[in-house]
Amino acid sequence: MSENIAPLKVRPQPKTEVRKHIIVVRVQHNFGVLTRITSLFAGRGYNIESLTVGKTNEPNVARITIVVEGDERIIEQIIKQLRKLVETLRVRDITDVPHIERELVLIKVHAGEDKARDEIMRLVNIFRAKIVDVSPDTYTIEVTGGSEKINAFIDLLRPFGLKDIARTGTLALVRESAKVKEKLQE
Amino acid sequence: MPKKRGADIVIDVLLEENTEIVFGLPGGAIMEVYDALYKAPLKNILARHEQAAAHMADGYARATGKVGVVMATSGPGATNLVTGLATAYMDSVPMVAITGQVPTHYIGTDAFQEADVVGITRPITKHNFLVTDIKDLALILREAFYLARTGRPGPVLVDIPKDITQQEYNYKMPTEKDVIDALPGYKPHYEGNPVQIKKAAELIRKAKRPVLYVGGGAVISGASEEVRQLAELARIPVTTTNMAKGVFDETHPLALHMLGMHGTYYANMAVYHSDLLIAVGARFDDRVTGKIDEFAPEAKIIHIDIDPASISKNITVDVPIVGDVKIVLQKLLKELQKKPVEWVSARESWLKQIEKWKEKHPLSYKQSDKIIKPQYVIEEIYKVTKGEAIISAGVGQHQMWAAMFYKYKYPRQFLNSGGLGTMGYGFPAAVGAKFGRPDKTVFAIEGDGSFVMNMQDVITAVQYRLPIKIAIINNEFLGMVRQWQQFFYDSRYSSVCLAVHPDFVKLAEAMGAVGLRATKPDEVRSVIEKAMEINDRPVIMDFVVDREENVLPMVPAGKSYREMILSPKQKGEAETMYLVG
Ligand SMILES: Cc1ncc(C[n+]2csc(CCOP(=O)(O)OP(=O)(O)O)c2C)c(N)n1
Ligand SMILES: [Mg+2]
Repeated sequence: MSENIAPLKVRPQPKTEVRKHIIVVRVQHNFGVLTRITSLFAGRGYNIESLTVGKTNEPNVARITIVVEGDERIIEQIIKQLRKLVETLRVRDITDVPHIERELVLIKVHAGEDKARDEIMRLVNIFRAKIVDVSPDTYTIEVTGGSEKINAFIDLLRPFGLKDIARTGTLALVRESAKVKEKLQE
Repeated sequence: MPKKRGADIVIDVLLEENTEIVFGLPGGAIMEVYDALYKAPLKNILARHEQAAAHMADGYARATGKVGVVMATSGPGATNLVTGLATAYMDSVPMVAITGQVPTHYIGTDAFQEADVVGITRPITKHNFLVTDIKDLALILREAFYLARTGRPGPVLVDIPKDITQQEYNYKMPTEKDVIDALPGYKPHYEGNPVQIKKAAELIRKAKRPVLYVGGGAVISGASEEVRQLAELARIPVTTTNMAKGVFDETHPLALHMLGMHGTYYANMAVYHSDLLIAVGARFDDRVTGKIDEFAPEAKIIHIDIDPASISKNITVDVPIVGDVKIVLQKLLKELQKKPVEWVSARESWLKQIEKWKEKHPLSYKQSDKIIKPQYVIEEIYKVTKGEAIISAGVGQHQMWAAMFYKYKYPRQFLNSGGLGTMGYGFPAAVGAKFGRPDKTVFAIEGDGSFVMNMQDVITAVQYRLPIKIAIINNEFLGMVRQWQQFFYDSRYSSVCLAVHPDFVKLAEAMGAVGLRATKPDEVRSVIEKAMEINDRPVIMDFVVDREENVLPMVPAGKSYREMILSPKQKGEAETMYLVG
C-alpha cells in the first residue's frame, strides 16, 4: 500500500521567540469588565505575570497594564482577543516602543542584628528606596522602579531573610518623545 | 410619553427589533415579562425544556438569518440555557437570551433560584449584560440585538432582575445612533484592505492548483452568489465545511464537498496537493485541518474573515483580509476581471487530476438487501424531498451521513452543531427552523442517542401542529463513539450500547405524533413517503439500521490527511485499516 501514500510534506512553521510583553488596554470602565479580561486569560490558558488597573483622566475609561510572556503568535492572539471584547477601546503592545516602566514594592525583611541593619540601610540608599516601618527585628522597605531594578534589589535582600513582599505589578506609559517619532513616521 | 413597566419596555424593544417569535419557559423571576407577552403581538412558544428552547431560537436564526430570541427564568431556567448558548456561540449564531434574575436587593445573598448567570455565560456569549437600573433597560436590550447580528454574530444574554421588570419608567426608544454611541470600542471591519485584495488577486492569477475552502462565514454574510462567481470565473474547485453546506451547490462540477476528518477523498487530496488555499469565512478548526503542520503543506493561504482573531490563530496565513466575506469577494472579483487570464487552460491539468480522484474514490457504501444501511436512508430522504428540504442533524455518525449523502443546493439548508458538537441539537433546531420557514419541508435526522437527549420537546411540536419529520437512524449505539472504540481502542465497547430504548412508534403515539418504523431496506421509501403525507403533526420514523456501519473516509484526530482511512479491511480490527494518500 505504501506506493499509494502521498509524500510527506510539512508546512514551514515560523520561528518565534518567547519573551515578556507589556500590553496596555483601555476599556470602558463598566461593571465586570476586569473579570472579562482576567477570565479571557484563564479560559485560553495564557499566563499573566502581572495586571494592574486604574481610572484614567477620561471619565468611564480605565487603563489596564498587563505583563505576559509568550511567542509572537500567542501575543498576537492575546491582543486580538482583547480587541474582540466589546468594552475594549484600545490595545497596544508597547514592549518595543520607548516607555517608562514602574512598579511599587513593599518588602518586609529580617533586620535583627546591627550588622544586618547597616547593610540593609546601605542597599536602601543605593537603590533610592525608603524604610517606611521599623520594628526591633524587621524593616519594611518601599521601593519603586523597573522590573530589573526591583528584582536585583530583592535578590540582594534575600540573604537577610524576606518576611513578606507586596508588589503592585508593572505600570507603564509610552514616552512622549517616542510618540512624536511615531507621528513623523506615519 | 406615559410611564411604562420594565416588562413592557422589553416587549417594546422586541417589536422595535422586528421580533416575530420568542421561545422559552417561564418562572418566578421572569413572570412580569411573560405577563407582558400575554397580550403582545408576537408568537410566544412554550418549550418543554429551556435547552430545547435555546436550540429552537438557534435553528430559527440559522434557517432565516434573523435574530433568535429565547427567554428563561433565573437560576435553573438560565443554567438550562448554557448548552444552547455555547452551541450558538461556537457557530456564530445571532441570538438574544433574556433571563429573569432575583430582585436587585437579593443579588449576592444566595436567594431562591439565584445563580450568577452573567458569570456563568461570560465565556459562551459574544457579550452579556446585567441590568442594574431601569433607565438602562431599553438601551441594553437594543445593544444586545445590535451586537448579536453585526460583525461576527453570536448570542448575547441580558439578565434582568425582577424588580426592574416591575418598576415603571418614562423612557424613549433608543435610536441606532444611541446604540452605536454606547459601544465606542465595537467597530466591526467590513470593507477589506484594498492592498491585500490586490495581493490575493495576484496569487489567484499565479496559482496552478488553487482550492476554495468555504466556511460558515459565507453563509452568514450571504455570499453564495459571490463564491459561485469566483469559482466559475477562475475555475477553482470548492470544498465546504459542514457549516457551509449548500453555499456552493453540491451538484456543481466544481464541488469537492466536505473536507477534513470525514471529508471526501477528493476534497482532502485537493487540499493536500494545493498550491493556493483561499479560506472564505472558515476558521481552520482542528476537525478540518488534522495535524496542522501537514495541512495543505505547499499552499499559500489567503484568509478572508470578519473576525481578526480567527486569522493566524491556528495556522499562519500569507494574505489575511479582515472584512465581510460578501463585500471582500465582490471586490476581489472586480480586481480579477481587470486583468483576465486564460483560466480554462490554466486549470486544465489540475481539474483533470481532481476528476481522477473523484473517480478513484467517490463517496460510497456497500448496499444490502437484508439490512438497512444508514446511508441509504439519507439517500432516500434526498430523493423523496427532491433535495429541497431543510435538514437538521444531531451529532454522531448520522450527522456525518446526513452531511455526506444529502446533496445541498442552498445555504441555510443544513443545520447542525458544527463547533460544539451538541447531541440533542437536531430536533429542537428543526422546530425553530419550521417556525421560521413554514414553506419548507423540515427533517430532523437524528441519532438514537442524540434524539433522546431532547425528545421531550416533541410535545411542543405536537402542541403547535408542526409537521416535522424526525428520522431516527437507530443503530442502538452511541455510534460515533463506538466507531472510535472499534478503530482506536481494540473494539472495547465501553458505555456505548443503547439496546434499551423506548418503542419509538408507541412513544410517538403517546405524545400525539405519528410513529412509523422500517426494519428492511424495501420499507424505507414507503415510510418516508407516508411521513411526507402528514401535515398536521410531527412524525417519528424509526429506521432500524446496520448497527456497526462506519463513517468513512476518516482522518483520525490529530493525524495528517496522508493517514486517511478509506476502509477497514475487516470489521472490528483496528490494525487492518489501510492508508491511502
Ligand atoms: C451532549 C454530548 N454528549 C456526548 C457527546 C459525545 N458524542 C459524540 S457522538 C456520540 C454518539 C452519538 O450517538 P447517536 O446520537 O446515537 O448517533 P450515532 O453516532 O449513533 O449516529 C457521543 C456520545 C456529544 N457530542 N454531545
Ligand atoms: Mg446511534
